[in-house]
Formats: sequence, structure tokens, C-alpha cells
Amino acid sequence: MFVRGLKRKCLDGEEDIEGTLAGIKAIPSYNLQRQSLLDMSLVKLQLCHMLVEPNLCRSVLIANTVRQIQEEMTQDGTWQMINTQNTGQASLDRLVSTDILCRSSSEQAEGKHVPGYGTFSKDFEGDQGQGSSETMSTASSVQAPRNLQSNVWEMENPQESKGNFQKSLDQIFETLENKSPNSVEDLFSEVDNSYYDLDTVLTGMMSNTKMGHCDGLETFSSPTNTASNSNCKSDLNELDHIVEILVES
Amino acid sequence: LAGAGGGNDIQWCFSQVKGAVDDDVAEADIISTVEFNHSGELLATGDKGGRVVIFQQEQENKTQSHSRGEYNVYSTFQSHEPEFDYLKSLEIEEKINKIRWLPQKNAAQFLLSTNDKTIKLWKISERDKRPEGYNLKEEDGRYRDPTTVTTLRVPVFRPMDLMVEASPRRIFANAHTYHINSISINSDYETYLSADDLRINLWHLEITDRSFNIVDIKPANMEELTEVITAAEFHPNSCSTFVYSSSKGTIRLCDMRASALCDRHSKLFEEPEDPSNRSFFSEIISSISDVKFSHSGRYMMTRDYLSVKIWDLNMENRPVETYQVHEYLRSKLCSLYENDCIFDKFECCWNGLDRQVGFCSIFHFSIVMTGSYNNFFRMFDRNTKRDITLEASRENNKPRTVLKPRKVCASGKRKKDEISVDSLDFNKKILHTAWHPKENIIAVATTNNLYIFQDKMN
Repeated sequence: MFVRGLKRKCLDGEEDIEGTLAGIKAIPSYNLQRQSLLDMSLVKLQLCHMLVEPNLCRSVLIANTVRQIQEEMTQDGTWQMINTQNTGQASLDRLVSTDILCRSSSEQAEGKHVPGYGTFSKDFEGDQGQGSSETMSTASSVQAPRNLQSNVWEMENPQESKGNFQKSLDQIFETLENKSPNSVEDLFSEVDNSYYDLDTVLTGMMSNTKMGHCDGLETFSSPTNTASNSNCKSDLNELDHIVEILVES
Repeated sequence: LAGAGGGNDIQWCFSQVKGAVDDDVAEADIISTVEFNHSGELLATGDKGGRVVIFQQEQENKTQSHSRGEYNVYSTFQSHEPEFDYLKSLEIEEKINKIRWLPQKNAAQFLLSTNDKTIKLWKISERDKRPEGYNLKEEDGRYRDPTTVTTLRVPVFRPMDLMVEASPRRIFANAHTYHINSISINSDYETYLSADDLRINLWHLEITDRSFNIVDIKPANMEELTEVITAAEFHPNSCSTFVYSSSKGTIRLCDMRASALCDRHSKLFEEPEDPSNRSFFSEIISSISDVKFSHSGRYMMTRDYLSVKIWDLNMENRPVETYQVHEYLRSKLCSLYENDCIFDKFECCWNGLDRQVGFCSIFHFSIVMTGSYNNFFRMFDRNTKRDITLEASRENNKPRTVLKPRKVCASGKRKKDEISVDSLDFNKKILHTAWHPKENIIAVATTNNLYIFQDKMN
């Protein structure tokens, strides 16, 4: 069913055994599933940097997924918890096998209302410096707000959440092992972009080291694959080099 | 469409297959686009290696009235070469993303082909005579010693074996920062648009050093980027109207007469989300991978990951029809996200001829076609509301044998001849299909093979 090298992960419809998370057939909590999806997405984004010419559409869709998860986790306070527990801890330890992740979607749905997506952007209007606050994109056309339940987005303290959101995104990237915060933050965080063109950052200028013909996702056969992390230093050198060129011009 | 239902249903038969038989697919041979020309006589394919192969339908053999002409190779040429962008230290792929034919105006044929960055106008012309009898040259091209020339003669044209030549007539370069996903020729046949992830440019076919930017959705701050352009097309009849689709599942219709930069749409087509189907993957699967106007221009069709939708241009708030391509994948989205299949961009197409002459009647049919996994492709008859799943496989390669409909078993007990979802081969995807503009002949591209099917003529 899957591309070569990937084990069959999605165990839809199979019998589940109630038990602890340590059990191979345990029912994972929604939080765990969500966390795994987040981790998987972040690794995908990292690999985006590595590829020669990453697909912008794919990167944007994955990034939106990350934001969405982040949003929800901030909403229900889970993100705060993880922040305090896991500063500096390698995320790879937390990458959970997708055996646990891909349980039937009905489990995900039960009991956990999924927040409305359309209201997500609106709630984070307002700047946080030049940060990744989710203001409606100025140049793009206005998106019709979706008609979904918006009750989940009631926040007790919007200001605090906004600030935490910004920090949270930074934290996400800092936990990715061996990836220097500087290079990874570039994707989302506040950056003084007078010095270099973020177009090129987003479209993967960070690395010209190819992974050969290896489709980045094929190397991602297990969540703990660390192959992607070795190219960081060359990424940084490339980045510096290109910044030099741009500044001089 | 086959089976009980009456004589209007099309019965598809295998006709031909082109490409290597090997299971081991050379990357350069991966087909990336398929397009019939306006008469249907020519069928062009582009591949990952930057080559264009054009097939020509042979003239119908009057004695063999039970089949239409076969397609044979007419011309092969290297359209794009790999390039290197030195500033970004990135390679520019030579893969042909799209081919679009111009309508034929004289003996030569013209097509536009594009990779991620550069569009080229190719002229394909035939040569079937050559001059002979030069005074200063031998027949093999060597120059004669002028002192040996004692008489003069006038060179004449003599017939020769047909030679088909492709030459690049225009190169439209340096106008796209992002990857080109679409090109579309205007109904005025003088201009065309090219769309990348964030911008759409308007070109004149004669002018290569200038293009006009007509859509720009790039945010001032790239960190705010949340939506990209996925496809664009000119209206078939209205030369000032075009549409573009986005990764958030919206389609915007723009009128170029309204303003120079069409950043305000005239119409916005978007279906409200179904809250019961909401998941973290909702946005990704709503991303539109293809948009195609109907021939009349009254409708347009969009393809997202799981469905095909038909929109009436007069109704923006929802499609008039929705067809499920492979709904059984909805419960597998997580795995499909993991292996990246969820980002596959399937195309879709309308049937060509929309009228068929029966014995006593003329009836209209409207069928849309799109691809799926396991080398399956799907057709939806908009009138009868019936649909069919067929397979492009060398196992069905006896000409005039009607293709057997396939069925995927989503859950529960698998019946004989059904295939279960878990047995589907997700490496075998049909992304590109094309329908002959006038006959019931379809071209279906698997990874590296091109299948041609036609309806069974009685």
C-alpha cells in the first residue's frame, strides 16, 4: 500500500486493546496523536529545506497544518505544559511511532471537538512585531470566513495567548535536535528581512546539498530518522554566503 | 457506464500502449503532461526529462471500419534542459509541467511547453521535399572544387522521406520567481497566461521580453504566506475572463477589464466546509489540483484530493455537482500524509464531443474523467449519474476487448474481483488524462506509459 520502505502504519479498523501507551496496540490519546502529527509535520518542513527546489504549495500546506495544531494546543493549554516540561529536550525522543498516530479517525473525533479553522486567523490579528502573527495576508483576497463553530476560540486572555503563540513557534523549532534555532526560526519567526530575501528562505535556499535521488520522505521511513540533521552546518554557511551577496548588492 | 443501461453508454476498449515495458521506471521517462491538439490528430506528452513526444493518428483505414486510426510517433524533441540558478544555488528542473496546443493556422503546428520557469513556443513542421542539383555542392554536402564546374543547372525539389522538425520560435523566460503550474491560451489566440505559486502573468505570443502581471498574491511579508495559486485557465469564449484556484480550495474568477492588476476577484467560488468531516487534513485535501472550463464556458470543474466538483459560474456558494473519486481514502489520510501521497496533484478533463448521433436522435452526453491510484481512473456521467472505474494495465491489452470495470472494497468482506484498499498500489498513480476533442478516444498516462482507449464501435 505504501511507498517502498514504509511499513504499514495506518491501522484503520483494527481491533484495539485498551491499555497503556507502552503497549503496541494501545489506544493513543488524542493528544499523543496530535503531537505525533505535529512532529511529523515539522520533520517534513525540515526536509523541505533540504530539497533542491521544495514545492511551495506543499510547504505552505504543511506549515498551515503545524499552525493549526499549534493553535489548538495553545487553546487547550497543552502547549504551555509541554513548554515547561521539555525545554531543550530533543524532539526526536518525542516522535512517536505512527503506529500510534494512525488510529481510526473516529477515535480522533469522539469527545474532542475540532476547532473551527476559519476563525483561527481572525483571533490572532494584531502584530507581534513582525512576527508570525496570523494576520490576514494583505495581498491575497479576503477569505470568506467559514461557517463553523467558533465557541472553541473563546480565550480568557487573548493577549497572553498571542505572546505564547509566538514563543511556542520558536520553541517548536528549538526542540528539533541539532537544528540551530537561527536557521529554523527563519521560517516563521520575527526576522529583520531587510538583510535577506525571505522568498529564498521559504523556497529552500537553505541547502544546496542534495539528498541524491532520495525523496526526502522515503528516508522518513521511521520517525526517528536523523538523516536530515547532518546538513545544518552547510545550511548555515550557505545562508551566510547568500546574505553576503545580497547585502553587497 | 458499461453494462445495463442502454445504448448510450460508452464501452471502453484498449487500443494502444506506449512506453517501456520495464517495471523499473527511469525517472526521465515519467510522464508529466498529456494533451490532444484541437483536431485530435496529434497527441503530445511531456516527461520529467524535458522531452516532448508527439503522436499522430494515422488516417482511418477504410477497410478497417471497426477501429479508428492508431497513434504513432510523429516527433520527439528535447524541449527543456536542466538549468542552474546560481544565485539561489538551486537546480531548475527540466520537467515539462504543461503543454498547450495553439489552433492550427497553416501547415505547421504550434505548441507551448513549460517547465518550472520558462515557457517555449515550438513550431512543428513537416518537410517532404529537398532541393537537389546544387552547382557548388555535392549531394552529400561537400563543396565542389569550383574549377571543376563546367555547366550550370537550376536546383530542383525532389520528394524525400517525411521529416518532422521541431524548432523553438519563442522563449518566454525570466518572468517567474516561483514554479509555473499552468499555462492557458486565450480565446483571442494572441495572448496566454502563465501561473506560478504566487503570480499570474499575461503574455503576447509574439513578445518575449515583456509580460504583464495580472495576479499577485504574494504577501508583503512571506511569513504570512498561507495560500498559493494551484491552477489557472482562461475562459474558452470570453477573452477577458480567467479563473485561478488555490490551495485553500477556492476559485477566483477575474475580469481583466476591471483593472490592470486583478487582485480583486469578480467572483469567489467556495464551498463551506462540512464540519462533520473536519480534521487536521481538511485544508490539504481541499487544495485544488486542477481547474477546467467546460467547452461551453458555462461550467467549470475542479479536482481536489478526494473529489471532482462541477461549478455553475452563476453560483458561487457551492458546486452544482460533486463526485467522489476515492472516498475510501478518507480514513487513510494520515498515512497518505506521511508518505506524501496526499500532495499528489490529479488532473481532470471533460469529454470532447458532447453530442452523439444515434439512429434516430442526437443526444448530449457529458462525462468527466480523472485519475486515481493503482492505475485506476474514474469517469462520471453527469446525465445518468453513473460512474465507472477502469484500470490502465498491460493485462487488458487485447484490442477491442471491453475493459472490465473495477471496484475497490472499502471495508467489510471483499467480493470476488474487488480489490481492498490496503492492496492498492500508491506508487501507481494516474495524474494525467486527456480526451480527444471530437471522438471517444482517451489518453491515460500511468507513471511512464501512455494508454490509449477508444469506445467500441459497433
